[in-house]
Amino acid sequence: MLTAAFALVFFYAPNDADQGFIFKIFYVHVPMAIVALVGFVAGGVFGALHLRSGESKWDMRSYVTIHVSVILAVGVLVTGSIWARASWGHWWVWDEPMLVSFLIIFLLYATYWPLRFSIEDREKQSRYASVFAIVAGAFVPLNFAAVRMAESFTHPQTGTTTTSAPGSVTLTFLVALAGMTLLFVTLCKYEMASKHATFRLRALRRRLAGDDDELSLTGRSAAPQL
Amino acid sequence: MPALPLDEAGKYVAAAYLVFLALLLIYVAIMASKLSRIEREVVELAELAEDDEQTGTPARTRETVA
Repeated sequence: MLTAAFALVFFYAPNDADQGFIFKIFYVHVPMAIVALVGFVAGGVFGALHLRSGESKWDMRSYVTIHVSVILAVGVLVTGSIWARASWGHWWVWDEPMLVSFLIIFLLYATYWPLRFSIEDREKQSRYASVFAIVAGAFVPLNFAAVRMAESFTHPQTGTTTTSAPGSVTLTFLVALAGMTLLFVTLCKYEMASKHATFRLRALRRRLAGDDDELSLTGRSAAPQL
Repeated sequence: MPALPLDEAGKYVAAAYLVFLALLLIYVAIMASKLSRIEREVVELAELAEDDEQTGTPARTRETVA
């Protein structure tokens, strides 16, 4: 799907009338940003489900979605900077609310792992991490809405760009967004499968060693336990 | 600001897509190394279980005796 999207970007979608060829960056930058932000919100929803049910699988889902979203957020910041350099002549503009608010969200989520790692008790760790995921997840749409409401003419806005854009641009953007969403889901599933296998192996190793102490072989970790 | 000419804009567009590709490749490489570690552990545990079957003694008992 992503390959199809990139093929559309370079062979089908026309250059933007104002920005020219540089606009092609948006087909990777904007879907990444949308998927990362939705991933952060999904992490909060999983955190709420964890607090409600007490099942560790929700904590694991929250952890993995936030992890993959943070990786995408790094991509958003870097590709955004590249676009800013090409378009505005600066790598970073501090008085642009969209950029700074995204950086704040990224830095907020960067504290998720130190928070988890600082709590030794597994139960407390998962509960506090879920509370963090919910609060930070609620902050994301609020922050997005606040930036949208703020008057800014510097940073192009996704909704306004695509609604007035020709059909080929909208189609390419939607295919890129679908591709990025599928990539996100695939990476989450991949990471979750890897974590499940690791925990099952550790459990098996503990059984073979006749060790019932949960922390003796795994040690202190930011990752949730199943 | 006027649009950049294609030869200059191309560098930035290529850089942005390469960043995305690099991120993806780094992530996949890290996950692949984790999977190979899991595979090594599976082999190790399979050997332990095989030893148990051959000797008829669980690994934990042997370790306690030793």
